[in-house]
Order: sequence, then C-alpha cells, then structure tokens
Amino acid sequence: MLNKVAALGQATLNSIAGAGAALIMLTRALVGKPQLRKSWPLLMQQMYSVGVMSLIIIVVSGLFIGMVLGLQGYTILVDFGAEQSLGPMVALSLLRELGPVVTALLFAGRAGSALTAEIGLMKATEQLSSLEMMAVDPLRRVIAPRFWAGLYSMPILAAVFSAVGIYGGYLVGVRWLGVDDGAFWSVMQANVEWGHDIMNGIIKSVVFAFVVTWIALHKGFNCTPTSVGISKATTSTVVTASLAVLGLDFVLTALMFG
Amino acid sequence: MLTTTLEGNPEHLVEIDDIYFHYNHSTHNLYEGLSMAIPRGKITAVMGPSGIGKTTLLRLIGGQLRPQQGQIRFAGQNIPSLKRSELYQLRKRMSMLFQSGALFSDMTVYDNIAFPLREHSRLSEELIETIVLLKLEAVGLRGARHLMPAELSGGMSRRAALARSIALDPELIMYDEPFAGQDPISMGVIIKLIKELNESLGLTSIIVTHDVEEVLTIADYVYIIADKQVVGHGTPEQLLNSDNALVHQFLHGEADGPVPFHYRAPTLADELLGAGDAK
Repeated sequence: MLNKVAALGQATLNSIAGAGAALIMLTRALVGKPQLRKSWPLLMQQMYSVGVMSLIIIVVSGLFIGMVLGLQGYTILVDFGAEQSLGPMVALSLLRELGPVVTALLFAGRAGSALTAEIGLMKATEQLSSLEMMAVDPLRRVIAPRFWAGLYSMPILAAVFSAVGIYGGYLVGVRWLGVDDGAFWSVMQANVEWGHDIMNGIIKSVVFAFVVTWIALHKGFNCTPTSVGISKATTSTVVTASLAVLGLDFVLTALMFG
Repeated sequence: MLTTTLEGNPEHLVEIDDIYFHYNHSTHNLYEGLSMAIPRGKITAVMGPSGIGKTTLLRLIGGQLRPQQGQIRFAGQNIPSLKRSELYQLRKRMSMLFQSGALFSDMTVYDNIAFPLREHSRLSEELIETIVLLKLEAVGLRGARHLMPAELSGGMSRRAALARSIALDPELIMYDEPFAGQDPISMGVIIKLIKELNESLGLTSIIVTHDVEEVLTIADYVYIIADKQVVGHGTPEQLLNSDNALVHQFLHGEADGPVPFHYRAPTLADELLGAGDAK
C-alpha cells in the first residue's frame, strides 16, 4: 500500500517536473531579442512544413465532415419541417466545435507527430548538441520557428476546415437533397454572430494550436534519443495532445457558451 | 590522480580541477576528484575503457553538462559558473567533432560548413564561399560540396564535420571517437588531418578514443581514465613503459587484468550446482 502511495507521489512529482521543464523550454525559446533576418526564413520554411503540407488532410476531412453534417442534419430537421435551418446548424457546428477541435486532432496526428519525430531524430543524431557547441541555441533555432509556425498555421487551417465543411454541407443539403439555396445561406447569415460564434472558434483554435505545438516540441526535445524513445515520444504527442484538446474544448465551451 | 597545481598556468588551455559528476537520473558518480590539464597547441588523448565517461568529459568541457563539484576552466574562465550568454560566447572559441559527424541532414555539405559562418558573422556570401571552399579543400572534399549528408560515406561525413568544426578557426577542437567505425584508409586520412590541422592552425586538440595504436602515433600527451579518476598520464612513451597494471592492460589490450574479463557473478561451479543466484 505504502509503495503504491510512493509510486503515485513519484508520478505526480515527475508530471510537475515535466510541466516545469516544458515551460522553461518554451520560455527560453520565445523570450529574447528577435532576430528577424534569421528567423523569418526559418518561420516560412516551417509554415510550409507544418501548415501547407497539412492542407490536403484538412480540406478532405473538412469536406467529408461537412457533407455528413449536411446529411445527418437534413434527416433530423426534415421530420420537423425545419430543413431551412440546415445552414446555421452546419455552420455553427463547424465554427464553434468541429472546425477547431477536429483540425487540432488532425494537426496533432499529422504535424505534431512529425515535429516530435524530427526533433527527436535531431537529438539522436547529435544535431542539437552540435548546434549548442557551435554557440547556436537550439531552442531559438529549432524550437521557436516551429512553435510560431504551429501557432499561426492551425487557426488558418481551422478556418479552411470550417469553410470547406460549410461548402460540403451546402453540396449535400442544397445540391443533392434540395434545400432552398437562398434559405440555406440567409438563415445561416442571420444566425451566425461574428463575436459569439466566429471569434470564439478562433480563440479555441489559437489555444489548441498553442497546446498541441507545445506538447509536440516538448516531447521531441526531451525524448530519449533512441529509436524506441522517439517512437514513444511520437505516440505520446498524439495521445497527450488529443486528450488535452478534448479536455480544453469542454472547459472553453463551458466558459464561452455555458 | 593529477597532483600538480593547475590554476592559472598559461600553458594550459583547459584545466579540470577535482570534479565530481553524476547524471541527474543516477546516483552513481562517473568522476570522483578527476583532474587534468590540456596543454595549449598540443594533441591530448583521453583514453579509457568503454562506459567510463569519456564523451561526458567533452560535454563537461563544452558546458553542456555541469559537474556537481569542482572547476573546469577554459582559458582561465570557469565554465560551470558562466551565465548562458557567456557560455555561448565562449563556445565560439571551441568546437567539437561528434562521433556521428552530426551534419545537418537537411543541408548540403556546403551549407553545413557555411552554417557557423552565417550564424556568427556578417560576411558576404562571396567571402563565405571562399572560406568554405578552403575548408573543404583542407579535408579533401571540395568536389563533394553539393552532396547531401546521406550521400556521404562514414569517413566523408567525419571529414565534412571536421571542415565545419574549423570553419570559425577555434582555439580548441574536441574529437569524440574520431576513428570509430572507419576503414583503414579513412582512419589514415583522419589521423593525418588531425595532425596537420593542429600544426598548421595552431589548435589545441583533445581526442577521446580507445583506439590505442592510432592515437599514440599523433598524441603529444595522454590521459587514461578508469575508476572515476585519472589512473595514468604522460607522453605516449612514458605510458607505454608504465608499470601501472591498469594502464598496461589497457594499452596492450589484454583481455584479463584489473578490468576483469568476466562480469561480476558467482563461480561457475556454484551456479551449475545451484548454489549461486541464477539471476
């Protein structure tokens, strides 16, 4: 019994120490004199790597999720003669919840795992150590541009996801199932508020971007530099980031819409 | 153990003074009162059995690790007590050749060598190109500048990394197992390069290795580490004639001696008859 309590205490201490290490890593990476001449090309490179390269999975997923929403929404709403509310239903579902959340989950799987594996491999092949020995801070050189790229990319990807999803709902609801075109858009326009719906969705995606990118970078930077260590860190990034997104989504939803 | 007074000797570029070190995840001390001095302009070899912490020693000198006790001075500055920014300034005066080469896998050989110049200077691209080509010429890889690290052999990677490590003309180069896994030709090339670069650029070199034969041909001074301390030091000739049993076993590659052939275990008879602990 005592051993179990001790193990629980040790696990708690390890978690706190891990969170502290992650915070120190991020602070050291981000706080300091900005060097635009050097950091701008690195940021662009990473925006391409984590943002542009994630576009395909975001667009395809957004389209299908929007289409499913259109189909499911129609079959439910038509029983109540309320199929003209399909537009706001699809739009609000995407803008408030599915856009930020599913984008964050996909981003964790696609870009987050890649970030962890890349940094872990740089650590295993002593590239991070060699940066340090060349008097180049790996936190500023490797971690910072990837963090900013993740933070900027994910809200844009969430916006693309929502826009494509709404179009998917339109294709199914209006083009296939015959909901009135004008009603679909005008009722949506009347019911979606800029501040309450769109801004809250953007805030959610920024929070998720921060958390997912931070977790991915921390797991890579602090992984055991072996093949097993990198594999575990990559898995841990996807699991931890996904759970963090889902947990935070509930908290944010309760604060924003509760 | 080194007993001479180290502090303030201008002939020493690096002075390691009575350090105690263990990794955070372990309570087992890697060093207990280890001291050594690295003379300026010389090639110093640090040897010892595997797992004794030779690479750790280089990381301590580079400030990537901090000892729990003791001082490590580079040109008179105590490295463990430096602030982060001071340490980064100091590192511009030293470089390290990693065992894997540690070339950046997303850059060509040329860009790898230009990297420290672009980071730490405001030289024009034309001047950087001239310097890079000169460094590559020195290691015989001028023709390979457009290749990616994945396209290089092990020996070529190490030579490209060596070119990168001399890009900023450091005072100290630390070589971590430079001969490991090299074919005889590549090994000969690296031995020649270390010797020539040290002489022509006036460098101070520390070579961590357990390739006795190779390193004794170029080292001016040798330290042998075992049992958490320096167990022998001197010129290669002095050490070859040493009567220290451990030094003798290590330099002559004897299978049994102070470092036993068998890992700690009960006797075979006890084990087979079931008296010993089978695990």
